[in-house]
Amino acid sequence: MEHHPYIPNASEAAIKRLLQEIGVASVDDLFSDIPRHLWIDDLPELPPPHTEYEAKKIVQELLSQNSFHPNLKLFLGGGVWLHYIPSVIWHLISRGEFLTSYTPYQAEISQGVLQAVFEYQSMICELTGMDVANASMYDWASALGEAALFATRVTKRKTFIIPKNIAPQRKRVLLTYTQPVGIAVKEVSYSRETGLMDLDDLTSKLDNETSAVYLENPSYLGPIEDRCEEIGKIAHSKGALFIVGVDPLSLALLKAPGDYGADVVIGEGQPLGLPPSFGGPLLGIFACKDDMKLVRQMPGRIVGLTTTKDGQRRAFTLALTTREQHIRRERATSNICTNETLCAIASAIYMALLGGEGLRELSKIILCHSHYAMKKLNSIPGVKAPLFSAPHFKDFTVKLEGAPTKEVYQLLLKKGIQPGILLTDNFPELGESLLLSVTELHTKDDIDLLAALMEEVLSKCTQ
Amino acid sequence: MHPIEFRQASWSEPLLFEYKGQRRGIQLPRLHPKIAREVGDPLKRIPSRILRENPPLIPGLSEIEVVKHFTRLSQMNYGVDTGVYPLGSCTMKYNPRVCEDLAHLPQVELLHPLQDEALVQGALELMYRLERWLCALTGMHRFTLQPAAGAQGELTGCLIMRAYFKYKGEEQRDEMLVPDSAHGTNPSSAAMCGFKVIELPSDESGCVSLKALKAALSERTAGLMLTNPNTLGLFEESILEIADLVHEAGGLLYYDGANLQGVMGKARPGDMGFDIVHLNLHKTFSTPHGGGGPGSGPVGVTQELEKFLPVPLVEFDGSKYYLDYDRPFSIGKVHGFYGNFSVLVKAFAYILLMGFKGLRRACEVAVVNTNYFAKKVREIKGFTIPFNPDKPRKHEVVVSAEQLLNETGVSAMDVAKRLMDFGLHPPTVYFPLIVKEPLMMEFTESATKEEIDAYLEALRKISEESYSEPQKVKSAPHSTSVRRVDDVRANHPRTLCLSYRMMMKKQLSL
Repeated sequence: MEHHPYIPNASEAAIKRLLQEIGVASVDDLFSDIPRHLWIDDLPELPPPHTEYEAKKIVQELLSQNSFHPNLKLFLGGGVWLHYIPSVIWHLISRGEFLTSYTPYQAEISQGVLQAVFEYQSMICELTGMDVANASMYDWASALGEAALFATRVTKRKTFIIPKNIAPQRKRVLLTYTQPVGIAVKEVSYSRETGLMDLDDLTSKLDNETSAVYLENPSYLGPIEDRCEEIGKIAHSKGALFIVGVDPLSLALLKAPGDYGADVVIGEGQPLGLPPSFGGPLLGIFACKDDMKLVRQMPGRIVGLTTTKDGQRRAFTLALTTREQHIRRERATSNICTNETLCAIASAIYMALLGGEGLRELSKIILCHSHYAMKKLNSIPGVKAPLFSAPHFKDFTVKLEGAPTKEVYQLLLKKGIQPGILLTDNFPELGESLLLSVTELHTKDDIDLLAALMEEVLSKCTQ
Repeated sequence: MHPIEFRQASWSEPLLFEYKGQRRGIQLPRLHPKIAREVGDPLKRIPSRILRENPPLIPGLSEIEVVKHFTRLSQMNYGVDTGVYPLGSCTMKYNPRVCEDLAHLPQVELLHPLQDEALVQGALELMYRLERWLCALTGMHRFTLQPAAGAQGELTGCLIMRAYFKYKGEEQRDEMLVPDSAHGTNPSSAAMCGFKVIELPSDESGCVSLKALKAALSERTAGLMLTNPNTLGLFEESILEIADLVHEAGGLLYYDGANLQGVMGKARPGDMGFDIVHLNLHKTFSTPHGGGGPGSGPVGVTQELEKFLPVPLVEFDGSKYYLDYDRPFSIGKVHGFYGNFSVLVKAFAYILLMGFKGLRRACEVAVVNTNYFAKKVREIKGFTIPFNPDKPRKHEVVVSAEQLLNETGVSAMDVAKRLMDFGLHPPTVYFPLIVKEPLMMEFTESATKEEIDAYLEALRKISEESYSEPQKVKSAPHSTSVRRVDDVRANHPRTLCLSYRMMMKKQLSL
């Protein structure tokens, strides 16, 4: 091999010079401790090297088969949402000093990432009403898994209570995290009328073995819970923690969970300036109150504000690292090290661009769009939108009377619209239902088109 | 060789919260008048007891203010783009920008994970092909691309072990063997799955002690977690015997792929007898680390373990790609969707650019670079290479500053801090735990000879200073954005400050 753009010492001449200094004859001598029959010379399954132009062309062609919003109208939410991402975010997080740095183990040379993450943590605290947020988890789902392990560490109890109308993918991850360590997961039913948690059922399932009560607000199916304070009191009455899962954008309008008694808030930070990216990278939120009993059990990195040793200057550093795997090994609070730091910085940039007032204004626009969509859809014969009577934010469940949802879905897909997520498999109790999501990106024309085509398709299906 | 003069930017940049006023960095869409008329004020439909009274106290800035703030912060940070970054076991190689461009395409970023499969065939095919490549490179049968980082890959691997033994009716296997030189995530991941961790001592050569291994293996052994080359950069020469011993005892062998760089394209974990392998795409496959993620930690397994992989896997039925959830023995899911897709795109592009030949060359040059450094660093007073210094290292080498500490009072941490004054990123320090005053160095294929020479020169200078004016080293760094940081204050319960809100509540003057 001669020169290589990413390998300065790739040439035979360069290697030879180094080998001479090392005192060996060939590169192979440096691998002589690997048993000879393990050596490989070629792997025909792997591609040959490509030029930048060739590689770009191959990847672009491959990906051109993908369709995306708004060329295709997607009314999809359910844990990852479609929001506008200001261009400046990508430009700032693409700066090599952020992009190509490692976890800031050496604080003095990494103040930039440390301060940005501290700002992210601080903003999450303002939104959630918590005092401490970590630098991020992988996503909402893994944050939930970690929250269940956390609740057991804090309370020494092994039953975790969740709502039955939780997002199916989050429940699956939760069970993957909890089953091996013997944490039981109990489900609390919800009202078919309001879509809200059945508090009698909650009370009956809660006991002295309950580590935490977990509430999602708004719930996966859309309804906004307003009896949060009551739910928190019920949880606390048995000594259980009260954990709330959120879409952070909703918190520009809704009361901060810290103000209604939550001990821990988790959620999905993706709506705060991150593209959906086919589901990853996302941004798991994990925040708690300033109670050392909780803080000491937090998973993940946390950036703290301190000073230099000479006391002359403000400085940032990773704090409470004795909780972590590189020090405590098998007794660590979690194994997480690499998290989603760059996504956290992106969301700090997003929040700074909007500010608290801008976030509120945006959330109001979303609320108006989703309510317009519900109204339009509800006016179609055979459509109930929303299915539940409680108030909604951007996601809502739609029920089709007398028409097979899958067929309607397929027909709309052919017309360039994906009308949400089919709920028939995961929520059979709801009958022929879909989960739709509407944000600031869905214009009046988009919504009118959805309604018109839905009506057209339904009239065909019910004929 | 010129000693590099370096002075990092040092802005006393206020917190965003300390900017005055509520401005705006983005134009929000105007509400369509018809929508406004139709819906009125939807907030009225939400009970007031759940409404927030005032907007959250989050500062709002104009776009240019935001750009300046984060540009200044970036200038107080050091990346692979800034200079040499030999952080051991982290494989800080150059991140080709074309991979970033491709991951930023709307066909990647704007895809919703729950789009109908027919609308995302390109994404699914990319995942399918990437999986085949990773299988070929490691000698494994199938991979899941779902884990979001190496540690989550380890968790996935441990869960697969658990599921396998449950399936076989051997649930008594609750012990995980982990060498004392292992990455901290190994014991931590095993413990998260409920395994009891048994630490294996290394032998005098720095490798797994076969004697200790034999003594530890029993009918309670679930497996052994190993990284090869190990954290000393040494290839575990007895790997085949280790594999046989573990398998004979009924256990599984787990490969921590954080160190795959040391054998990539030269030898395969699958051929060495490993049953489960995780990879760090943000290390070996050149996706940027982003100051702490997003990463990606795919996990590969043998044919026997395939049925336990997380759902969904990407399959191809001859005409289309699809997500297969119908896998009754699966451990479940570890991520809400399919993992960090845009990171997968970067790794896919990287493998395409490099080809097998390029990947193999990257490994070879990384090993040559590290051995060149290892050969030269021994000549510097105060530094030694523990565990048979003449044995070739692979991608990394651990240098001990124990002698320097004993003779001058200058510790490995002091050396690390002083290195920054030369514009160099320090190595990993105080790891692995089996070496005193360790400096764990990993020069990837991205380092030039001149950079390695400059690094050696800096270490030589630091050694001289340690013997002549140790205070200069112990008080370092002097050229970074801030001087040495007060960790005691950072962690003291009275001064602990983890958010702006906490700073205000505690009335800390920082």
